[in-house]
Amino acid sequence: MNRSRDAVAVGRDDSVLVGDEGRRTSGRSRAFVQDAARRSLWRRRLAGRAGRLACALALVVGLAPLVAELAYTTARGVRGISFGFFVHAPTPPGIPGGGISTAIVGTAQIIGLALAVAVPVGLCAALFLYERPGRLATGLRFSADVLAGVPSIVIGIFAYALVVRGLHHFSDLAASFAIAVLMVPIMIRANEEAMRTVPVDLWEAGVALGARRSRVARSVVVRSAVPGLVSGNLLAVARGVGETAPLLFTVAAPTAAMTLLIFSEGTEALPAAQETAWATAFVLLAFVLALSVTSRVVAWGLTRRAR
Amino acid sequence: MTENERTIAVDETGSPGPRHPSGVTTLGSVAARSAATRRPADLSAAAAVTLEHVSVSFGRQVAVRDVTLELPARQVTALVGPSGCGKTTLLRAINRLHDHTGGRVDGSIRIGDLDVYAPRTPPELVRGRIGMVFQRPNPFPTMSIYDNVVAGLRFNGIRRKSLLKDAAESALRHAALWDIVKDQLHAPAVRLSGGQQQRLCIARALAVYPEILLMDEPCSALDPIATAKIEDLITALSPEVTIVLVTHNMFQAARVADRAAVFLLGDDRVGELVETGPTAEVFTSPFDPRTTAYVEGRVG
Repeated sequence: MNRSRDAVAVGRDDSVLVGDEGRRTSGRSRAFVQDAARRSLWRRRLAGRAGRLACALALVVGLAPLVAELAYTTARGVRGISFGFFVHAPTPPGIPGGGISTAIVGTAQIIGLALAVAVPVGLCAALFLYERPGRLATGLRFSADVLAGVPSIVIGIFAYALVVRGLHHFSDLAASFAIAVLMVPIMIRANEEAMRTVPVDLWEAGVALGARRSRVARSVVVRSAVPGLVSGNLLAVARGVGETAPLLFTVAAPTAAMTLLIFSEGTEALPAAQETAWATAFVLLAFVLALSVTSRVVAWGLTRRAR
Repeated sequence: MTENERTIAVDETGSPGPRHPSGVTTLGSVAARSAATRRPADLSAAAAVTLEHVSVSFGRQVAVRDVTLELPARQVTALVGPSGCGKTTLLRAINRLHDHTGGRVDGSIRIGDLDVYAPRTPPELVRGRIGMVFQRPNPFPTMSIYDNVVAGLRFNGIRRKSLLKDAAESALRHAALWDIVKDQLHAPAVRLSGGQQQRLCIARALAVYPEILLMDEPCSALDPIATAKIEDLITALSPEVTIVLVTHNMFQAARVADRAAVFLLGDDRVGELVETGPTAEVFTSPFDPRTTAYVEGRVG
């Protein structure tokens, strides 16, 4: 209401705002525009409210599965959690008191080794894409996208054919290889995106100081991109930790990784096995969640310190 | 631009020039006054940079064509003209920044005896002799004030701490920033104000002891007071370093530049060098009618 009264007041002031010449036509078109704006106001308000409602609804629909999943897994899994659960090795079916220590250690080993390979490869490949745009880079970027889209079970078979058959036995090494292959393309793209957000001004400032490109890439681009690099890589880790399919083909025993343990125990009919599976799922979920939150916090902290 | 707007433009930059009898500041009067108050420009100065028939093109689009220009050593040369006429493009050709933007540079540019575009000249060698200040202040956000100033030295392999420290102090003093930042050298550079950040960028450029300083509209993102400080700095630095200043503000050129080079768009929308000479002459008695038209505000 207020707004429209103001508009009228401004309209009356025509003569001040507009020179004598164009006064009449300008006064008329101003009246037309203001009138049209006033008449459509209720419709625009309604549309705005409807839009806001739709967004809120979409948020609920999107968040509901996450909340439900967290709640259910926690409810079913938290009962099985105890100190012993973390430090004891799994026991054969029917014998109580087993834990999942082997699976936790196994997952840590597999992911650790995979990271040791994937992080440097992902960083170097991203630097190449950033520094040497051209046909080769476009081709590599496309390959990375394709690789990121390959179903993880196919990567598992690939690792089986290459590493398990090659070494003649199942091993964590083969699993690490499969997980690394899975993480590298995600890391490459996340790293490249992080580097692209570094303003070109900074790059030019570095180059204009007489630095070699490699030095600018290291001291300016990578350093400024660190928050993005960290969060991108941690997200890739979260993805790698949760993979099961590639492990089916590569790991020696189902007790050697958390995801496999969930699969093998969860498909048992014994209530105790079911409980172990849920508890393991809870641990895994908590870990991945913690990793995501850490990546956010680290990125935020690094950005803040940089400001 | 009308006379009236020009007066406003001068007032906005904080250092009003002398007034015309009618109360209007003219370009010529500013140039004449500032030339009189500055040390006389050494007209016999050797050229620090020589451009011969330089054209820059991006793909088929020619941005600036056939520029032949000498930039005398230890003087301020202003490249002026309307936007889009290739001033910045030409400036970036001098330190080979077009190597990375797909721009093609024809003709020859020499810094002293060094042929900038000779196939065997490493671009790093060229850029080591040239400092550059950009339109928007661009200190490295991950670095402290001190690290920013010595970044160029570190990038060029200098690690001796005593040397870095001395260079940083000297550069910051030259940029009139030392007294402000000497107690917070290890604070993040981005904590400084915009004008201070720009002076930090000037200090960063000066720390590598360049012979030439390229300034690409260094005041366009700054308020009038910060602008005045940068202009004072340009005048103070000019006895030591050759300065090339791109500006769209002719009054700025009149205030700080010994020489002016006027660029305009040709008939085919390609930037051209129209006239060059001592600033006062270019602005008061240009010989090219197109310069007269531009200076009087009829084109551009």
